[in-house]
Amino acid sequence: MTDILMPALSPTMEEGTLAKWHVKPGDTVKAGDVIAEIETDKATMEVEAVDEGVIGELLVAEGTEAVKVNTPIARLNGEDDAAAPAPAPAPAPAAEAKSAPPASAGDPEKTPPEQAKKQPEGEGAVAVTPKQPLNDPELPAGAKMIKTTVRDALRDAMAEEMRRDPLVFLMGEEVAQYQGAYKVSRDLLQEFGDIRVIDTPITEHGFAGLGVGAAMAGQRPIVEFMTFNFAMQAIDHIINSAAKTLYMSGGQIRCPIVFRGPNGAASRVGAQHSHDYSSWYANVPGLKVIAPYDAADAKGLLKAAIRDPNPIVFLEHEMMYGHEFDVPDVEDWVLPIGKAKVRREGKDVTLTAHSRMVGFALQAAEELAKDGIDAEVIDLRTLRPLDHDTIVESVKKTNRLVSCEEGWAPMGVGAEVVARVVEFAFDYLDAPPLRVHQEDVPLPYAANLEALSLPGVDKIVKAAKAVLYR
Amino acid sequence: MARPRKDAAASGKAGDTGVKASGKGGSRPNSVTPAELTEYYRDMLLIRRFEERAGQLYGMGLIGGFCHLYIGQEAIAVGMQRVKRDGDQIITGYREHGHMLALGMDPNEVMAELTGRAGGSSHGKGGSMHMFSTEAGFFGGHGIVGAQVSLGTGLALANRNAKNGAVSFTYFGDGAANQGQVYESFNMAELWSLPVVYVIENNQYAMGTSIERSSSETQLFKRGVSFNIPGEQVDGMDVLAVRAAGEKAAEHARSGKGPYILEMKTYRYRGHSMSDPAKYRTKEEVDEVKKTRDPIDHLRERLDAVGITEDDLKAVDAEVKKIVAEAAEFARTSPEPDPSELYTDVYLEAAQ
Repeated sequence: MTDILMPALSPTMEEGTLAKWHVKPGDTVKAGDVIAEIETDKATMEVEAVDEGVIGELLVAEGTEAVKVNTPIARLNGEDDAAAPAPAPAPAPAAEAKSAPPASAGDPEKTPPEQAKKQPEGEGAVAVTPKQPLNDPELPAGAKMIKTTVRDALRDAMAEEMRRDPLVFLMGEEVAQYQGAYKVSRDLLQEFGDIRVIDTPITEHGFAGLGVGAAMAGQRPIVEFMTFNFAMQAIDHIINSAAKTLYMSGGQIRCPIVFRGPNGAASRVGAQHSHDYSSWYANVPGLKVIAPYDAADAKGLLKAAIRDPNPIVFLEHEMMYGHEFDVPDVEDWVLPIGKAKVRREGKDVTLTAHSRMVGFALQAAEELAKDGIDAEVIDLRTLRPLDHDTIVESVKKTNRLVSCEEGWAPMGVGAEVVARVVEFAFDYLDAPPLRVHQEDVPLPYAANLEALSLPGVDKIVKAAKAVLYR
Repeated sequence: MARPRKDAAASGKAGDTGVKASGKGGSRPNSVTPAELTEYYRDMLLIRRFEERAGQLYGMGLIGGFCHLYIGQEAIAVGMQRVKRDGDQIITGYREHGHMLALGMDPNEVMAELTGRAGGSSHGKGGSMHMFSTEAGFFGGHGIVGAQVSLGTGLALANRNAKNGAVSFTYFGDGAANQGQVYESFNMAELWSLPVVYVIENNQYAMGTSIERSSSETQLFKRGVSFNIPGEQVDGMDVLAVRAAGEKAAEHARSGKGPYILEMKTYRYRGHSMSDPAKYRTKEEVDEVKKTRDPIDHLRERLDAVGITEDDLKAVDAEVKKIVAEAAEFARTSPEPDPSELYTDVYLEAAQ
């Protein structure tokens, strides 16, 4: 004998009206037969039998209102119970059902395990904790430095990794025959051919999805966006398909992919081509987000990103592509993801920055030095996971913080940096931290307004002096 | 066999893109053994009974959130499964339980994922819409309508690069067929001759919106015309027609000729999800399909014609009943995931 229970017809339904019985005691039913109609405030639905058998007794009369979910409404006498264990006799008393969490509402026999209410202390925002301390590789004595543009450093990183691993390929708009919209993929088509350097049509949503699918099947794609502004068309695949699937599959489906391209303001290209998406991607668990400043970091971190088994958003900066920096001439220059770099040591105030803003922070530090202020400049390099130890340790020394970013302030990278410092170094702060950022408007085209909107050296100097009350 | 069909063969011009509506029986294989027919029956019945039980567990509150049942569409997953070779990939949307069972995934794991338990295929972390099996070549289980089409085309891109001879079977519904990324993917698939078979499970309703109300061209097999992708309309309620069309399409894709579109005309008996009362169609319409086009009844007639009787199928019915009962019991008693699972599977460790 089996109890037929009042079913829930939606995730939120708690009770309903038993509008009509389609069977009477003694009727034979089989799976799929409609036995009753149920009404809620939203809908009327049919209840189908799941087992076969003979209706024994109707426990709830037609027309009864407010029948709680999981109340037995009828008895079914099975024909051959041998093969079918009765479904859970789960007559959850109405009051209990209401207070129980939905996951266990139908299963009072089992006590649900303690919910993981307790966040690991101080780790609420840090899903990845490196097992070993991360350090840049030490340069061999006498290692040569080669002046390289950021553009060529990125190119070299891709070329080296494509030589190293035949699964690595590059796809995007104009990456092959045109040699890259910003010439970042120069000569790659010639060396690797059109199976591994793929010109795509202008369909960001589609080709980002193809890249993610190829990564799930074991390839290691690099997907170039002509700018991250266009990746808005593809953000569903970056987040819903790439970042979440490892988790949703219980660790089965891997997605080793790099999404890369210029991010943030260029020069006089207007609001739709100038957006800094750092905080958007750095908000998402499952992604790693890298935003290098100089050529050595661009190369070392892009190589690390291509080798990493996780989906990576690699934010470059158009205004930095042509800048030359020293890049170590070593065999295999790979840097750790998740490690900030102290670019200038100082004792009076900590300036944090990433991407192009690092250069402005360094210039600001020089300006501040003229006034006797000794600023420490931290290049975040990776935004997720954020190396908050380096930031917190610095603030413990300087007691003052200015975060610098090209994007807008609300819910931004600076907001996160400040929150970490307030959480982990509150007692060390001698002044409220300040944020330097783009003005809270879409980026204007007019040269003077654009300059007013974007953050630069002056704003950093001003903020640093403000936290020093000078 | 003289079953009334609602869907007349399309009258659209075939043209030189190879688009055509296959009349019933056109490419039907002659050689199917009674044993094979019995297997199909078993697999389709397993899906139906499993889904009915899932609906029951949902009603008991053991399955949360959304739950999209495959009842009515069983012939597609089962017929196409016969076409899949080792190494081929399958990807679909969130109405995926039937595909997983057809692929031979453990019904216990599938049901336990529905109930969000540790024994589920994603250890309870994916739920009804997000199930996967790398072992079975099943790449999900995706909750964003249309996303699986780009992803499935990407699986095919990987096959091309790896030169592994595998085909990606990418399923989507009539609703997803109107998403922009579907056409972005069609374009690239044909441009690069990718080995992908697009299987459109046209069950006539995108949630509550009928195809006539959502689509300016309702003959979905023609949707590849402007990309030069051949397409074919198939009776998705006939497992043999599905298999025959699938074999042809897979051969096309596998031989390097690029993508192929199969529009499977089918019908979903239940609402879009468990919480859908399906007010947008009449009970008579549903009953008519159940009475005249049911894929399992249809197969029973075929079995009868080759001398396999209801009595012969009793053992199959009992076996299926037992599997489903065990799956339900497993899904009910498997523990919830350990709290420590909260933080696992977010990132993979990088190799040093």
